[in-house]
Amino acid sequence: MDILAQQLVNGLVLGSIYALVALGYTMVYGILELINFAHGEVTMIGAMVALTVIGALLGVFPQLPGLVVVLGGVLVAIPACMLLGFGIEKVAYRPLRHAPRLAPLITAIGMSIVLQNAAMLVWGRQYVSFPPLLPQGRYVILGAQITDLQIFIVLLSFTIMGGLWLLVERSRLGRAMRATAQSREVAQLMGVNVDRIVSLTFIVGSGLAAVAGVMVSAYYGLAHYYMGFMLGLKAFSAAVLGGIGNIVGAMLGGLLLGIIEALGAGYIGDLTGGFLGSHYQDVFAFFVLITVLVFRPSGLLGERVANRA
Amino acid sequence: MNAHKWFASMLLVGILTGCGQKGDDTGETVIRIGSVSPLTGPQTHIGKDNENGARLAVDEINAKGLVLAGKPVRLELLAEDDQAEPKTATIVADKLLDAGVVAVIGHLNSGTTIPASKRYHDAGIPQISPSATAVAYTAQGFANAFRVMANDAQQGQALGRFAVHGLGAKKVAIIDDRTAYGQGLADEFERAVRAAGVEVVAREFTSDKATDFAAILTNIKGKGAQLVFFGGMDPQGGPMARQMKRLGLNATLVGGDGMQTINFLKLAGADAEGVVASSPGLPLEAMPGGKAFKAKFEARYGPIQVYAPYAYDAVYVLVEAMKRANSAAPAKVVAALRQTDYQGVTGPLRFDAKGDTLGGAVTVYGVKNGAWSVLEVIQ
Repeated sequence: MDILAQQLVNGLVLGSIYALVALGYTMVYGILELINFAHGEVTMIGAMVALTVIGALLGVFPQLPGLVVVLGGVLVAIPACMLLGFGIEKVAYRPLRHAPRLAPLITAIGMSIVLQNAAMLVWGRQYVSFPPLLPQGRYVILGAQITDLQIFIVLLSFTIMGGLWLLVERSRLGRAMRATAQSREVAQLMGVNVDRIVSLTFIVGSGLAAVAGVMVSAYYGLAHYYMGFMLGLKAFSAAVLGGIGNIVGAMLGGLLLGIIEALGAGYIGDLTGGFLGSHYQDVFAFFVLITVLVFRPSGLLGERVANRA
Repeated sequence: MNAHKWFASMLLVGILTGCGQKGDDTGETVIRIGSVSPLTGPQTHIGKDNENGARLAVDEINAKGLVLAGKPVRLELLAEDDQAEPKTATIVADKLLDAGVVAVIGHLNSGTTIPASKRYHDAGIPQISPSATAVAYTAQGFANAFRVMANDAQQGQALGRFAVHGLGAKKVAIIDDRTAYGQGLADEFERAVRAAGVEVVAREFTSDKATDFAAILTNIKGKGAQLVFFGGMDPQGGPMARQMKRLGLNATLVGGDGMQTINFLKLAGADAEGVVASSPGLPLEAMPGGKAFKAKFEARYGPIQVYAPYAYDAVYVLVEAMKRANSAAPAKVVAALRQTDYQGVTGPLRFDAKGDTLGGAVTVYGVKNGAWSVLEVIQ
């Protein structure tokens, strides 16, 4: 029982991390029907920028409390990533807006490689460790160990998901976003500045990526120019599982993928008598993904794809 | 126009003779040596370390001047990136062979060294790996394959014995990263502890790109392991140590040379305390030429990661063999390598019939007060 509870906690935290990143994918897809493969890299840049600021702050004011230092890092990383997201859209996607859909997909992959290598040049090839600044309190709930940071990550994903949902469904900007998603031409005729809306979408998505990046590197205690790749891939899968373009779907997909992975890794060996081991954890997760997509090609909550976002 | 023709004909001569020796304005013969390690991706820091070790040796030899068969020879090191990917390794091997290298120092990982070794074997050029420790590498019956480090059988066995006698473990869990290195080391460790009558309660797996081990560690916790062995590298070992503490898993984390790095200490932070890891060979301070090497290397490239002294020795072993053969012709160098008896920075180097180092020592380290300290040297 302890073990099952612990595996559920593991899955919940991992899933929340996937969900945080998946929200960024799904938002851009919802508006532009573009898979922004560079999103994972924006997450990585967010972590790297924050770590640089944290390092500098610790160097100048070693007496500052840990939370303030991390907050300082996040507050610099968010605008930095927003600027980056704005730039990526301007440079790599806007010129191709009317091109066939494959073209922006290729520039997205290209952008991701450029960012990865740029980060390697700027921050080096070393793994950078995240100093232990955040509270390390540990609690036992139903036999499962859970830390302050884990609780915070889960709460943060839900808060951001809620905030994003409100933004898209209830605000004026959200209405313009939904209109742009339905038809760019008609939205423009109705007086929506489509270019501005698309830019804003990227800016909001990249800001989220910065927060996600800092959370991920704080949780695992490291950051690396390569970290965005695998994270992006998993988050993208989560977004597809939940129904890409749907904000609640991204959250659901992330949580499901995390929990399936944790349970898969934890129990697959025992259930098959050691025939399949924990190296099948990804196989298991993707098998579930494929099964879901066979029966629901647009993902679990993908039905509302008509009004994407 | 003329220059182009001249270049084309030189190129043709190079291809026809296929020996990789190029004329040079100064009258020196240029001999190309390949160095392969991951220079991008998660293991880049270790890969660059190998390249730097080899480059230091090449530069020293060039500065001293090398003469083969009465002619001055200059070594040129071609460093290639195999991304720690087996499939890239063979592509890079072909690229180096096309460039006409006479020998290769590398690769870094066992998973890349083994597939590439087939290419070098077919081409008949000597390959000396500074750091590939999988048993399978030299078990293929390739006369041209050598390594300058104790293999996983020696290391895994030594660690297994230490886990049982030094740490008194009764129930162990074993994790590997599914690479040729990690799996080979974990298998040898498992064999050693099983032979000592210790119970292996879990055998788990991860990948060399993973960062989250909570699920498998929870499973291990449920099975009451007192010791967790990880066959893999520091990018996984570091977070694993942290996640063990976070899950309240009170077991000693034990690993091989891929984890016995400075970087591991940074990545695991305070949770590194008490972790045990081994490294083939002697500790740098106990190496016959360790101090001098450290000074030379760090003046140029900064801190040593892990295998730089081995890459450095591999180049010297190769050049000594060339000197004895008085030629850079691959077949002669391979024959001369068999007779190697060289006093390197890392210790005395001689090869057995398979190309493994004879009598390599294994050192077991533990983390104490945030630094690696020697627990035991196993000969």
